Amino acid sequence: MGEIIKVAMGDLKICSYPDSLTTLGLGSCIGIALYDKSTRITGLAHIMLPDSTKITRNQNKAKFADSGIEEVLRLMVEKGANRNKIVAKIAGGADMFGFVNDSKSVFRVGASNIVAVKENLKKQNIPIVAEDVGENYGRTVTIRSEDGMLVIKSVGKPLKEI
Amino acid sequence: MAKIDLEKLNDVQHDVLKEIGNIGAGNAMTALASMINQKVDMKVPKVNLIGFSDLVAAVGNEEELMVSIMLSLEGDIDGMVLFMLDMESARILINLLLNNMGAESMKEEDTFTDMHFSALKEIGNIIIGAYMSALSNMTHLNISLSVPHIQIDMAGAILSIPAIQFGQIGDKVLCIENNFNEKSDINGYFFMVLELESYEVILESLGIS
Repeated sequence: MGEIIKVAMGDLKICSYPDSLTTLGLGSCIGIALYDKSTRITGLAHIMLPDSTKITRNQNKAKFADSGIEEVLRLMVEKGANRNKIVAKIAGGADMFGFVNDSKSVFRVGASNIVAVKENLKKQNIPIVAEDVGENYGRTVTIRSEDGMLVIKSVGKPLKEI
Repeated sequence: MAKIDLEKLNDVQHDVLKEIGNIGAGNAMTALASMINQKVDMKVPKVNLIGFSDLVAAVGNEEELMVSIMLSLEGDIDGMVLFMLDMESARILINLLLNNMGAESMKEEDTFTDMHFSALKEIGNIIIGAYMSALSNMTHLNISLSVPHIQIDMAGAILSIPAIQFGQIGDKVLCIENNFNEKSDINGYFFMVLELESYEVILESLGIS
């Protein structure tokens, strides 16, 4: 059993076998787990917003879908991952209070995050092999470097492995 | 314009926002006390300019199950108010209300029903309304409240909403936080999180620049 390394909101980290990466209580944010089976190099970003180019203070790369994905990929490749073997699993992007029709954009950010994460992964040629997104509940996710499984814990629901 | 620097509040800004928390929550607690017929103690409010993870640490941990009642604010200021209770506190609060009405108490093993949700929403509505009317009286600003929304989920998932709002302008959240307890059985947290410009509007309306 390796270590379980915590990734905070608006943060990203990578690890290698036998460690795992976890992020707790994802709401409208998205956990983007990237995994290269051949080297078992693993990455996880807890992004909060869809697009760094729309924001002036965007130094924190981990906060955004576009720059967060780029940065995790960069770190993984630097550590020796095979760029063309990396796959993605994503979870989060909930609409916590069921606000889809609200006029304020902050309440619809979950949906925008899902779209942005998918678009950016596509742009980077990273296939999404599993996802658990949307709905109206929080999620805690853990990605295991051992087998690349993403374990999802939600309140009042059975543990899910994708 | 009363500009707020997201890295550091000046002393006057800090004190004024804290006093708003004091008066607003004082009103809210009076409303709560009369609903449940009990004295409610309030701790000194905090004006917090904190990182995202510290926001969650203020109530416990990311995965702690909490009842959250949320109202969004519109009018001269924009933002939201969150009233958060841990599960045990929510149950005690519901029972205090139900007992007052002569209804049957909720037992520890009972799950929350629609009626319990309605009761909690109404509690949230009344105390947040009291807080906001105090704020509105002080500042003469026009503040309207949405209907209350309720969710039981992990604290981190709920608090991601104000974090994301502030995430658009920086890496810190500015909020006024109140913690209250009723004979220490009920632990509740009250967060007012406004858009940055709205804090400035409030300070301006009070003649602070």
